[in-house]
Amino acid sequence: MTAWHEKTAAQIRDAVAAGAVSAAEVTRSYLDRIEAVDGRIGAYTQVWRDEALAQAEGLDQRIQAGEAVGPLAGVPISLKELICTTRGFTTCSSRILQGFQSPYNATVTEKLIAADAILLGKVNMDEFAMGSSTENSAVQKTANPWNLKCVPGGSSGGSAASIASATSAISFGSDTGGSIRQPAAFCGCVGLKPTYGRVSRYGLVAFASSLDQIGPLSRDVTDAALAMNVICGKDPMDATSADLPVEDFTRALTGDVKGLRIGLPKEYFIDALGSEVRALVEASAEVLREQGAEIVEVSLPHTDYAVAVYYIVAPAEASANLARFDGVRYGFRHSDAGNVTEMYVKTKSEGFGPEVQRRIMLGTYVLSSGYYDAYYLKAQKVRTLIKQDFDRAFAECDLILTPTAPTPAFEMGAKSDPLEMYLNDIFTISTNLAGIPAISIPCGLSATGLPVGLQLIGKAFDEATVLRAAHCYEQHAGLQMGAPALG
Amino acid sequence: MEYEAVIGMEVHVQLNCKSKLFCGCSTDFHAPANTNVCPVCLGMPGAMPVLNREMVNKSVAVGLALNCAISRWSKMDRKNYFYPDQSKNYQISQYDLPLNHGGHLDIHVNGETKRIGITRAHMEEDTARNTHTIGGGQSGVDFNRCGVPLLEIVTEPDIHSADEAYAYLTELKQILQYLDVSDCSMEEGKLRAEANISVRPKGSTAFGTKTEVKNVASFSGTYKAIQYEIARQIQILNDGGTIVQETRGWDDDRGVTFSQRAKESAHDYRYFPEPDLVPIVVDEAWEESIRAALPELPAARRARLTGAFGLSDYDAGVLTATRAMADFYEAAAAKTDPKKAANWIMGDLQALVTEDRAEIGSIPVTPEYLAAMINLIEDGTISGKIAKEVLAEMYRTGKSPAAVVEEKGLVQISDHGAIDAAVAEVIAANPAQVAEFKAGKEKVIGFLVGQIMKATQGKANPKMVNDILRAKLSE
Ligand SMILES: [Zn+2]
Repeated sequence: MTAWHEKTAAQIRDAVAAGAVSAAEVTRSYLDRIEAVDGRIGAYTQVWRDEALAQAEGLDQRIQAGEAVGPLAGVPISLKELICTTRGFTTCSSRILQGFQSPYNATVTEKLIAADAILLGKVNMDEFAMGSSTENSAVQKTANPWNLKCVPGGSSGGSAASIASATSAISFGSDTGGSIRQPAAFCGCVGLKPTYGRVSRYGLVAFASSLDQIGPLSRDVTDAALAMNVICGKDPMDATSADLPVEDFTRALTGDVKGLRIGLPKEYFIDALGSEVRALVEASAEVLREQGAEIVEVSLPHTDYAVAVYYIVAPAEASANLARFDGVRYGFRHSDAGNVTEMYVKTKSEGFGPEVQRRIMLGTYVLSSGYYDAYYLKAQKVRTLIKQDFDRAFAECDLILTPTAPTPAFEMGAKSDPLEMYLNDIFTISTNLAGIPAISIPCGLSATGLPVGLQLIGKAFDEATVLRAAHCYEQHAGLQMGAPALG
Repeated sequence: MEYEAVIGMEVHVQLNCKSKLFCGCSTDFHAPANTNVCPVCLGMPGAMPVLNREMVNKSVAVGLALNCAISRWSKMDRKNYFYPDQSKNYQISQYDLPLNHGGHLDIHVNGETKRIGITRAHMEEDTARNTHTIGGGQSGVDFNRCGVPLLEIVTEPDIHSADEAYAYLTELKQILQYLDVSDCSMEEGKLRAEANISVRPKGSTAFGTKTEVKNVASFSGTYKAIQYEIARQIQILNDGGTIVQETRGWDDDRGVTFSQRAKESAHDYRYFPEPDLVPIVVDEAWEESIRAALPELPAARRARLTGAFGLSDYDAGVLTATRAMADFYEAAAAKTDPKKAANWIMGDLQALVTEDRAEIGSIPVTPEYLAAMINLIEDGTISGKIAKEVLAEMYRTGKSPAAVVEEKGLVQISDHGAIDAAVAEVIAANPAQVAEFKAGKEKVIGFLVGQIMKATQGKANPKMVNDILRAKLSE
């Protein structure tokens, strides 16, 4: 019997559409897998067993009736807790949204349902996407499937862990400063942050509106391209979504990189970069060179400021975005308050975890009248300089190759200092500030058997080239990573 | 000491867009509570605003009518503050780059024309409405009004009296109605005026401490509140006191302003650009298309009516008070004597409309019928006196003046023989009055004319009655 949970989304879709296997059988295979291993991983916060099976059976009936099916027919997927679904709860892994049922579906959710993907359930995250380890979840701990003592990365740690533990074929996360790519790197899977505006944010509970973007995490690059075909496009409900045609990204997967110029930014190959990671990333550049790419050195001189700019802009927007969680209309409300102000204070004090409170305070501070110019305004100016760095670099190359994270996954509880944690996103943050696409793909294992990620950054709306190079690397790297030993 | 008042007005107008500022919900906030709502206007997690293009069109039209410069590039900002009538705990408004800025409006007060500077007119969303049970046990929020599009029009501190404030509001309201962008109903809160009032010694250029008078439900209330507030502030200064900067309400029954809340240490709204919306780019072509579609505005229409029809400034003012009134007048004036049309509209017709609490745009009398009626007077078919009766009947039934005259047999008697006979009869029946007249008591003639009119049921041609009566009396 085929272990369907080991197959890629493309394989599942082809088999289901051809009638070689029923969507219900595939779905059952994944649900059984969740039951068998997720107790140790803790990726899922909710599993929609009955609804998923009913959805799969409905799809099977349509296939039997000879009806056309969608591009993700029968593919079992999971969604990060902050993507709105009318099915189940949308909690952002926060106490303040415990039990919250969204009255509407996110645009991405609607598109996935229309594409006949099977929604298995929701996966864990750092509360309101603030964190780099998924340790900031108010719901549960998620372990890295490669080493259960380690974190899966964050904030889409549940998504990455579900791919690595083969409990979903594609998972959808969000990336504000690296929240798709860094956990993808830690868990040895593929994670793509699309260009800002490529994917509708309608129904994505906002952390930092000018940085957030939904993207896929998957087993391989082909599946990432398949997912992108479904979720991209202009949405009349999201004014910031780009009105550009959506190409078929799978057609970009030609298997070669001949003629591409790939830039290595010298500012990314710094001392903080672990020597093991450096060696693996440099080796991967060599693989692409052998396939016909030209490797050039480029400079992104304002890289040093990216983390500081990010920790001003993102909390500023978050402080406003999270203001609505006040206990008045939905979610958690503190029951013992004498007046409305007290109700706000007690609700927010108990509803939000410490990292969220820290960032709200920080954001409120940098926007306040005495400090606006010194912090927020200056940060926006530096953000422009960072964008210009990329514009200049992309005049010299088609893609930029960097490590995804400075180190492989660390142990739970190892980083208790928030500032130390913030530096984990040092290689991913700049692309969010610039709004450009980037992918993380596995490039080997560390000596301790933990995955290491390689990042490829592209020009705005040039996901096709990003996917093409990532796919070429995947085909020719000859990695023998195997899978986590979960049984 | 002589004092001068310094007043700036802030007017919030609900523009009559079909849907809310950032979503497709209806703007009718009289629907049952929380029925015109969606994830966007409720500020649900993940919901995003999309700017209503109709609102931009209408706001630019107002800006152009107020002689503003239209920003080629503007944006929406978040204004952060916590209050349960806000779904997101921030209001989407415009901060440093309003859509319209730097305009002016000319007003007419006591025969003088004054120019009031318009600082800005910017778009923002309305809040929800909180309701509380008596005793304060429970509170409810109705979000139907939340997200309804508002235009905030702010003046320079160029207003110096309650009269000027009143004239400004009247002129502004007229323009908004001419543009057909708002029905300006103050009772429904669709137009909310706020006055920032201070006083200073005449000749001084420094500003005094200001108070903010808000939540006044009518123009006359605003007028009285400003008058009261100026007097109150002067009294305090004359008594050696100091003005407290605060928000004050208006008690219409007692005719006084009262302290609502002292201004807390200046509120920090932490404005920043709304990242969920893209910048608003009104290019030249867009602006020009809106300009081309602007209707004739009240000031221009007044000038045209005084010129074309020889009306007085006063009459032109009354007849252009509303677009409907001016349309009615012009349609009537085109078909009869314009001055007579003006008199009939401002006189008898306006009286009927007022009594009926109706609007001139939706009465049974058409401008064409009114003109036809005036023409019947001109050609001697009916008398002016009968015309009043004809008009009332036209108003009641919607019939043409010809039909009314025909049905009621109101045609004027201009037959010499018939009038002659009636005159003779009245002279014969009133020998005492005839004698008085002949003794030089000229006033008696009125009584005799009245008797003749009565005998002919008012249908006799008054001029002929007079002529024949005098002729007979001097025989
Ligand atoms: Zn709505």
